[in-house]
Amino acid sequence: MKSKRRLFVNFTMAIVSALFSGCTVENIGPPTTDTDPAVPAMTFGSGEVSRIQIDGSSTVKMITAAIGEEFEAKFSDVKIALKVTGTGTGFKEMIAGRIDIANASRSIKESEKTDCAKNGIELVELIVALDGLTVCVNKENDWVDAVTTAQLNMIWESGSTVQTWNDVDASWPAVPITLYGPGEESGTFDFFTEVINGKEDAIREDYSPSADDNVTVTGVSGEKGGMGFFGCAYYFANQDKVKALRISPTDSVTNAVAPTPETVKAGKYKPLARPLFIYVKKSSLARQEVQDFVRFYLNGGQKQVSAVGYVDISDEQLKASRDALEAAIE
Amino acid sequence: MTLLNPASLPRNPAISFISGGDRTIRRRLFLSRVFAWACRTATYASLAVLVVLLAAIIWSSIGRLAFDFVSNTNSSDPTKAGILAGIWGSFWLILFTALFSVPVGVGSAVYLEEIARDNFFVRVIKTNLSNLAGVPSIVYGILGYTVFRSSAAVLKVWFDGQHAFNIMGLFRIRLLKLPIYEDNILVGALTLTLVVLPTVIAAAQEALRSVPSSIRMASLALGATRWQTIWRQVIPAALPGISTGVILSTSRVVGEAAPLIMLGALTITTMVPGNIDSPLKLITRPMQVLHAPLDQFTAMPIEIYDWSRQTDSQFTAVAASGIIVLLMVLLTINAAAMIVRHYASRRLKW
Amino acid sequence: MTPVKLPAWASRRVSRRHEKLIQAALLLCAALSVLTTAAIILVLLTNAVYAPGAKMAFFERVSMWDFLTGLHWKPVDGEAGRFGIIPLLCGTMMVAVIASLVSVPAGLGAAIYMSEYAAPREREFLKPVLEVLAGIPSVVFGFFALKFITPWILKPLFSTIGLNLQIFNTLSAGIVVGIMVTPLIASLSEDVIRSVPRSLREAAFALGSTRFDVSVRIVVPAALSGILAAFLLAFSRAVGETMAVTIAGGQQAIATLNPLQGAQTMTGFMVHASTGDSSADSISRMSVYAVGIALFAMTLTINILSGWILRRYREVYQ
Repeated sequence: MKSKRRLFVNFTMAIVSALFSGCTVENIGPPTTDTDPAVPAMTFGSGEVSRIQIDGSSTVKMITAAIGEEFEAKFSDVKIALKVTGTGTGFKEMIAGRIDIANASRSIKESEKTDCAKNGIELVELIVALDGLTVCVNKENDWVDAVTTAQLNMIWESGSTVQTWNDVDASWPAVPITLYGPGEESGTFDFFTEVINGKEDAIREDYSPSADDNVTVTGVSGEKGGMGFFGCAYYFANQDKVKALRISPTDSVTNAVAPTPETVKAGKYKPLARPLFIYVKKSSLARQEVQDFVRFYLNGGQKQVSAVGYVDISDEQLKASRDALEAAIE
Repeated sequence: MTLLNPASLPRNPAISFISGGDRTIRRRLFLSRVFAWACRTATYASLAVLVVLLAAIIWSSIGRLAFDFVSNTNSSDPTKAGILAGIWGSFWLILFTALFSVPVGVGSAVYLEEIARDNFFVRVIKTNLSNLAGVPSIVYGILGYTVFRSSAAVLKVWFDGQHAFNIMGLFRIRLLKLPIYEDNILVGALTLTLVVLPTVIAAAQEALRSVPSSIRMASLALGATRWQTIWRQVIPAALPGISTGVILSTSRVVGEAAPLIMLGALTITTMVPGNIDSPLKLITRPMQVLHAPLDQFTAMPIEIYDWSRQTDSQFTAVAASGIIVLLMVLLTINAAAMIVRHYASRRLKW
Repeated sequence: MTPVKLPAWASRRVSRRHEKLIQAALLLCAALSVLTTAAIILVLLTNAVYAPGAKMAFFERVSMWDFLTGLHWKPVDGEAGRFGIIPLLCGTMMVAVIASLVSVPAGLGAAIYMSEYAAPREREFLKPVLEVLAGIPSVVFGFFALKFITPWILKPLFSTIGLNLQIFNTLSAGIVVGIMVTPLIASLSEDVIRSVPRSLREAAFALGSTRFDVSVRIVVPAALSGILAAFLLAFSRAVGETMAVTIAGGQQAIATLNPLQGAQTMTGFMVHASTGDSSADSISRMSVYAVGIALFAMTLTINILSGWILRRYREVYQ
């Protein structure tokens, strides 16, 4: 009979919706063997494939990518998921707990440290390489070989009205300057603005930002009056396309220093020499593959640093990093 | 009846341009011929552009297009970089997008064409569909990021092996530990489903409309219900059109990069979902096959985008090779659609 | 007369409820499209205009006036943030206008040629060519613009004139988007042109018109509403185009009308922002939604306008 069937349907629907509304999902912690039945861990078939999530600086990415490839070739069941979103965003991802290793071309800020502590994330800071941040111009730029930091400041500062090379130095031709550089999430950006413009994030508005340093290189190489800055590995990889400027921290360019591995290591390339870091999440070090990878980074993988175009750190610094890593693994 | 001399007709301004005189006629004929040539050039210019495009791409791919391009994953070394991860990512995406969009799309089309009466709500749905077809795909990317990816993030937390499903406080079932990633294939497929759905629905509607109404009438006259008519007569009759339209619509999935980039698929370009990097593993590793849809991915157009931005000029050849692989896949899919249409329509003779 | 033998399946009794259930399921499928639109609008509005809860929406932090009229676009947190959309709008409009300049003559010319002049076999050959062009993904065109059009065609051209062409420029992006959009104009216009009745053309020929007269003075005016609608649809497609302009157009967000420079478009910004910044609450992430709503509003308006023109001004022939 129709009404009975309808009653039955309504009744069951009421029960089902009551059931659904009373259901929740809650966090009950890791399984203990005595109370819970053995949880069948779903593995990737015969060999569990492990992932290492890495994100952060595009400067450091070149090293991490090269080392990662070598590592993957040795350990085929580990995959490195490498993202490049900028040092700042890398730290944000780390604070949210989503990644294992953050590539960073600057050291961590205090605010980022507190955010990590708030979320219960402990980090291990490791210096892995040195970089001489390079300021480059187009290959056809034949009027400038060296600049002072004061001139750089004049070009790049917030509110700068410099439109042509002539505005900076009257002996230079009136070729329009087009500026390229990393965006505000980049550690390179933070470092450059702090050192050259005196204040972090202070930069003129009309430059072309990109999180990808490749785009900066392409921009500078395609534009006669172009100028850009990035990590020295990007310069060494593209020496046929762009020209590096020698930098002088004083008022005259006579003692301007070019970015080479020697000058950076000896501390002569001022003020744009800087260390490059990776920050490893301490809880990730409990996993064997992360341990292996970071160890490899500081040992066998170090030869990739110079292969890629950055500068090896000194032996003491390397030992300090290795010690910090071993201490954290305990 | 004598033929009228056009020159002797009264000078009506409206007609005078037609019947002007000998010099005017010659000028107008010349103009007409010039115009014809202009139009012909415009048309063949498109052909020329296509030829130049393909030639340029083939020419730049010399140096990298080799078998190992298809069997390697991406690498920072241009001589080793390959598109394997992109191929597998696109494979899973097409599979799941088709899985989601075909039932919903064909179902909607059936409803709109066969069942719906012409009232306000149905008209709203139809207008809505035509508007959605014109929305840029990146807006769907925003939607996918906000809705699907966030849901995946929540599910990721729920399925970490430390959460349990609590039914009314009475029973508790511990949830399995599943490796769900936020930017996984299913999220991408759901977003792409939304992108292609208007096209699939339009194609299915066209196919359904092409079925002559005599089939429906005859079926109803014999006592079949509406649904029996649709399911057993109309849909099988429209199947060639539906399958062609569906195949062509889902082939758009292969070329879509923008929504996937919004979801975060860009920067990890070496990830083969589930680590299934050869067709053999599809059969031998069922557990990994189950994991693939929940795994991070990349797709062919994304890898091409990534390679186009590299400064090392050797990557130009890599990008061009990637484009050739992409176009080959598209060609295969379109050829499949043509074959389906050809063979299926042979069986139907109205 | 023998009674008609019903097929086996027709004698199965199907309950009315079963029918109704299936119809409800199909209605749900169709309603999904409405749900999608609602979701798009909801998502964009809650992140851009008004956000319930603790999260602050974009327009609660940045005034609509600043957004619509500001000449600087620098979506960073803190003091230095500027949220005027005019630079992005300039980039998008430049690309769309250049694309129209390329695609309207080419598309309309192709449509007229294929419907008025071409032999049937020529048509059979040309139609697939245009369809192939339409099916090529936009990453391919972006690559073509950056690696071929700019260095091999535009740079030599402009350096002989003496003008400065940047490597990322909106001209190459616009040209390539125009190529992408030409098949759309061509096919839509051709459909409309073919629907103009032959009697009009034949009458004109009878009065002594040349083919040019017929095409330009009779057919195109008769099909004008459809051609205009096609142009608007193509324009909206050019506005929404993402990958080609991101690869070839550059990332400099400045308010400029110089196509020889790089300029970021609305879509280019959204791609750039989603690869650079993924922090959920920051103003820079919110700005993606604001630009998204602007883009959605623009394309929707143009599409609706296109449909309205098509319906309102359509010539009706008996």
